[in-house]
Amino acid sequence: MRDRLSRLKSLRLLRGASISGEMSRLERQLEKTSEPTDMEIWQHVELARHDERPYTLDYIERIFEDFIELHGDRSRAEDPAMVVGLGRLNGRTVALIGQQKGRDTKERIRRNYGMAYPEGYRKAMRTMDLAERHRFPIISLVDTPGAFPGVAAEQHGQGGAIARSQSLMSRLTVPIVACIIGEGGSGGAIAIALADRVLMQENAMYSVISPEGCAAILWRDGGEKVKAAAALKPDAVHTLELGVIDAIVPEPEGGAHTNWDEAARLLSEALQSSLEDLSSIPGEELRRRRRDRFRTLGVYASSTTSTDSTGLSTEPSPTRK
Amino acid sequence: MAERIDISIEHRNLPEPSKNDKPHPNTCPECGSHYRDDELAENLWVCPHCNHHFRVRAKDRIAQLADEGTFKEEAADLRSEDPLTFFDMRPYTERLVEAEQETGQGDAMVIGSGAIERVRCELAVMDFAFMGGSMGSVVGEKFARACESAAEQGVPLVSVTSSGGARMQEGILSLMQLPKTVCAVEDLKDSGGAMISVMAHPTTAGVLASFASLGDVIVAEPGALLAFTGPRVVQQTTREKLPDDFGLAESNVRFGHLDAIVGRRDLRPYVGRLLRLFSNHGA
Repeated sequence: MRDRLSRLKSLRLLRGASISGEMSRLERQLEKTSEPTDMEIWQHVELARHDERPYTLDYIERIFEDFIELHGDRSRAEDPAMVVGLGRLNGRTVALIGQQKGRDTKERIRRNYGMAYPEGYRKAMRTMDLAERHRFPIISLVDTPGAFPGVAAEQHGQGGAIARSQSLMSRLTVPIVACIIGEGGSGGAIAIALADRVLMQENAMYSVISPEGCAAILWRDGGEKVKAAAALKPDAVHTLELGVIDAIVPEPEGGAHTNWDEAARLLSEALQSSLEDLSSIPGEELRRRRRDRFRTLGVYASSTTSTDSTGLSTEPSPTRK
Repeated sequence: MAERIDISIEHRNLPEPSKNDKPHPNTCPECGSHYRDDELAENLWVCPHCNHHFRVRAKDRIAQLADEGTFKEEAADLRSEDPLTFFDMRPYTERLVEAEQETGQGDAMVIGSGAIERVRCELAVMDFAFMGGSMGSVVGEKFARACESAAEQGVPLVSVTSSGGARMQEGILSLMQLPKTVCAVEDLKDSGGAMISVMAHPTTAGVLASFASLGDVIVAEPGALLAFTGPRVVQQTTREKLPDDFGLAESNVRFGHLDAIVGRRDLRPYVGRLLRLFSNHGA
């Protein structure tokens, strides 16, 4: 338990993130729970997907002033699963990108449940280009079960669009802050999350595959989703521990769905604080650090040394609890 | 072409093959022709009867592409760890040991420097036999090192992919290998280096959605499945009727995602010609 906490502390130091009040909250959280049970991890998954959880546009409405939504990918279509636009945060113009789920059945279908087509990623990319040209910082809110798996999506180049969106993000010289606000579903999520600071809300999830998909492949039974979720560890604390995210954004007691205004206030605070940290770093340096941040992610052993994503050496075969 | 002998009489008393029986790896899934290892190796693992491209092990692929004796493997000592202590039906560590015993390979990618048709280059070749060519921390690290090595030597990178996607057993860290490899390619490109991406069957999910799609030139082998989501999952999720050539290289080239489809017998001269163009050498 103590190991975990000290690990988190050194990790946070390395990443240089500082979000006020969040550390102590995390400490409290760690104190009251030991290693979470399977069911507790599953509860995070359910909260991340909660019907009443605020979505991208709900946050935009509460956080940004003068928001203007932009539409279309300038080559083929408008994809309502991806929302982009310009707005003001703390008096400064920022560019915003994020997936959008629907609230009722009709909107869910129109928004394709927050699953973007390649057109959606191209719309995000043209917004990034615009931001780079005008030196607007970029805020990316991630909330998607994944990129849409359909025939047309494949024909329009889903894989290539996700790859190119990441490659564009790795070339930008404006600050980028991403926050996983609900489901961080695999390739569809990372496509807009190659950022200088990656945040995650307390009850969000970030995973390489949905627990259902993982269960169907490894257990050959989609019903084993609880076990799969426990194995994948997609919750914020584990993700922070692995060095994948820089900080956890607290939610109101009970989850973001209980109080949208308070959830938005906490998110806004975290976004502003992250942008402030980044504002003094020159663009080239920012890009260098961004690439280095992702370059070091991974855990592997070589015959001589062993490294992990924190950059700290570990024993050749660690048995981490 | 090898003469085929009718052996159906000898098979008359054998039990009916059950549906779960995997076909022999040397039996062509397209036309049912069966070959000895040496026959297939001689034909670069292409069916002489119907031109089906069998999967090629990383070491064989390197032998097919690189000039003899030029390949020097790098980072061969990297091994996966088990950051999540992942356990499904079996522990991840057990799967890793088994994969290494079966394939004689440390992980799903082999990297190193070499020469193709006398032009020096760096090679990063995936091996589907190792856990479905899945990309975990070791594949990501090896690919990033291949990019760095190519930049250091000032030579192009030739990547040959064959992968089912990210390695679930490494959880979110395997997803992070997408941005990691993307950043490595961008660093290589910033240094003036070129990348040639050869997509072999199958190049799907996380590998298609990262470095494989970022080649300066992208080619694929005939019949290769190149899809972010495979046909089975698309069918299950959307219940759409899939076109016959769904996700195949032939469909991808039609939709503009590929520069060319290159058969395996032509691959070495094709890549050689490209490398000469990029390094601005004469023929």
